[in-house]
Amino acid sequence: MAKKFKCKVCGQTFEADSMPEKCPICGAPKSEIEEVTEPSPKKKKKGFDTNGNAYTIIYASIMVILVAFLLAFVASSLKPTQDANVVNDVKNQILTSLNIESKDIEGDFNKIVKDMLIKDGELVEYDGKFQTSYSQELKDGNLHLFVATLEDGSTKYVVPMVGRGLWGGLWGYVALNDDFKTVYGTYFSHESETAGLGALIAERKFQTSFIGKKLFADDENTVALTVVKSGQAKDDINKVDGITGATLTSKGVAEMVTTGLQMYVDAYKVKASSSEVDENIPAVEDYQNIENIQKED
Amino acid sequence: MSLFSKENGAVFTGPLNINNPIAVQVLGICSALAVTSQLKPAIVMGLSVTVITAFANVIISLIRKTIPNRIRIIVQLVVVAALVTIVSNILKAYVYDVSVQLSVYVGLIITNCILMGRLEAFALQNGPWESFLDGVGNGLGYAVILVIVGFVRELLGSGTLLGFTIIPSSVLMENGGLYLHNGMMTMPAMALIILACVIWAHRSINDKEK
Repeated sequence: MAKKFKCKVCGQTFEADSMPEKCPICGAPKSEIEEVTEPSPKKKKKGFDTNGNAYTIIYASIMVILVAFLLAFVASSLKPTQDANVVNDVKNQILTSLNIESKDIEGDFNKIVKDMLIKDGELVEYDGKFQTSYSQELKDGNLHLFVATLEDGSTKYVVPMVGRGLWGGLWGYVALNDDFKTVYGTYFSHESETAGLGALIAERKFQTSFIGKKLFADDENTVALTVVKSGQAKDDINKVDGITGATLTSKGVAEMVTTGLQMYVDAYKVKASSSEVDENIPAVEDYQNIENIQKED
Repeated sequence: MSLFSKENGAVFTGPLNINNPIAVQVLGICSALAVTSQLKPAIVMGLSVTVITAFANVIISLIRKTIPNRIRIIVQLVVVAALVTIVSNILKAYVYDVSVQLSVYVGLIITNCILMGRLEAFALQNGPWESFLDGVGNGLGYAVILVIVGFVRELLGSGTLLGFTIIPSSVLMENGGLYLHNGMMTMPAMALIILACVIWAHRSINDKEK
């Protein structure tokens, strides 16, 4: 096999089978000629063999570590701002359920709404950090209730609730008049209902159709307020038209509203006599059971 | 090669028409079904994919010479996923409203086949600038089809465009008129049928030109 040689005197390269006695171009002696090893300089230029096992493993490890650090850094540095946004959004949802369109959400919320707990049938002030989910208190048998004092001096109660739609979770806030019997306003939203169908529950048009509806039919202990198939509600005081083409989402809202309100009605009766307090505690447990059952399926 | 040479122009305009990712390459169909029942999410999704494809293309193109061949798909996936996660985190922190509207779509971008297709087919062989153009072109080509399908589905399915009522409610059957919204249009299956019609029209026009 021919090897390449380079003459240091004339700078020419030439091929030969073995080291020649003198340069064939300028005649310089053997000592001035050196062998050129072809592959090695080329390899050095390329850096690494990008197909080697070692390179692949190191590349993958470094990439994973770098990306992990990057993501962890981004996530942790943005977390406080994100949490603040979530809290702000929840407060805005509560204000929306009170039919208030607010520009200064934080200020308006603090002015109008008080975060209260229903503890053993009594309304007590909640002094903890503002919660965006209410499961912790629910475990202790306490329910969050937002008490709002509007500008005209009237008192409204905002009931938070969670439920299950067709594809994912639903949640909402239903504001009641101070008699705890008439709907003052609502807010609903969803995780991932179908756009254009189930997602319409997040629109004001659907939410405002609850206004003025009554919680109870004849029996003042059973919540009768529900969502029915679109067009069937007519002027019934307990029924709200569902969304056309989104039967399961509408059903989910109906269930959420009825069970959610029922739980509050059982736990806390504003106008009812306080002697019923003892009966109320099991009702909360009932709801927890319902929740557990839902979790299981 | 200059920045706006003829070749680069072709890289950019190709995906908009003769090499359209949905109509010709038939990529990214899954998300086209999910987000086109209304016009607004279709537009938002189209733009998001454009941005992410462009930047993922640039990043992959920059590191293309260092990527080990055997794990290149994994590397592409990591880059795309990291990019999407970072963008979604930033949206959540600074423009919360937008992130609520985008909700699931941001996650859907990771699984969009157009991204992987372009990274694999283009960014691995070409420079950053060409890759950027290719990403923007493909993203917009995708967005155009999404907007067409979204337009038809929202108009016929619920009589609105971008939430504004277009078909007056007085002509509706329930109000004594003769027209009924086509509920089928809001089903995902209709997106496929409309998509097929778009591809049909697109091919017959392009065949005539030939």
